[in-house]
Amino acid sequence: MQAAEYEVRGDVLLIRLKADLDHHTSVRVRESADALLGRSGAKHILFDFSAVDFMDSSGIGVIMGRYRQVIFKGGRVGVTGVKAGVERIFKLSGLYKIIERYESEKEAFLRPATEYYAGR
Amino acid sequence: MEGYENEMRLMFQAKSCNEALARMAVAAFMTPMNPTLEELADVKTAVSEAVTNAIIHGYGEEGGTVEVWCARVGREVLFHIKDTGTGIADIETAMEPMYTTKPEFERSGMGFSFMEAFTDELIVESAPGEGTLVKMKKIIG
Repeated sequence: MQAAEYEVRGDVLLIRLKADLDHHTSVRVRESADALLGRSGAKHILFDFSAVDFMDSSGIGVIMGRYRQVIFKGGRVGVTGVKAGVERIFKLSGLYKIIERYESEKEAFLRPATEYYAGR
Repeated sequence: MEGYENEMRLMFQAKSCNEALARMAVAAFMTPMNPTLEELADVKTAVSEAVTNAIIHGYGEEGGTVEVWCARVGREVLFHIKDTGTGIADIETAMEPMYTTKPEFERSGMGFSFMEAFTDELIVESAPGEGTLVKMKKIIG
């Protein structure tokens, strides 16, 4: 089963997760995402969780790892399509202090970086 | 074996692809107890954390066998995850939030915190060279 589908749109790497984000999936996402970040020069990452019903602390780890990768170049990490079960884990982890949650992919792309930084 | 309304023992290779298997098996075991979605998610998460620890830390991803045991006692589901791997020298430190011995593996160090948050009882028995046994309990309903 494929862990995720990847798309580079402008300077954003879109990661559409297709499986539960556990340790098994996280390892695969890390490998693919880092390879694509290197090749494409994308600056930001957006995770699409709309097909994900489960996430554990391994998922927190892979998101934090990607955050550390992009923050050097002033990039941000966002998530969209987060369902209730996954939302609980995000809140418990405190990850929303450093990543942004969007209601939709559209919202993520519409909101320019300057507005984002002003809101912080 | 006495005193349990139902009981299950599952043994599998310490491969990451079996993390989902373990979650599904325990979820299926719990289903007749009519758990809420949240109770189900709690137990699946706790199982996932413990099984992942057994694979990554217990066996260092070198292979081994992970054992998941479940039992139902009234409204309680007991679930134990066992490995015969490395074992933990300092359990108290291991269970500290954010503590991890494998930061290069992008481990968040939150596994035990999540297990503690999502269960009603968590007991860890371990010693260097003697493997690890994580015993958890969840009261359903």
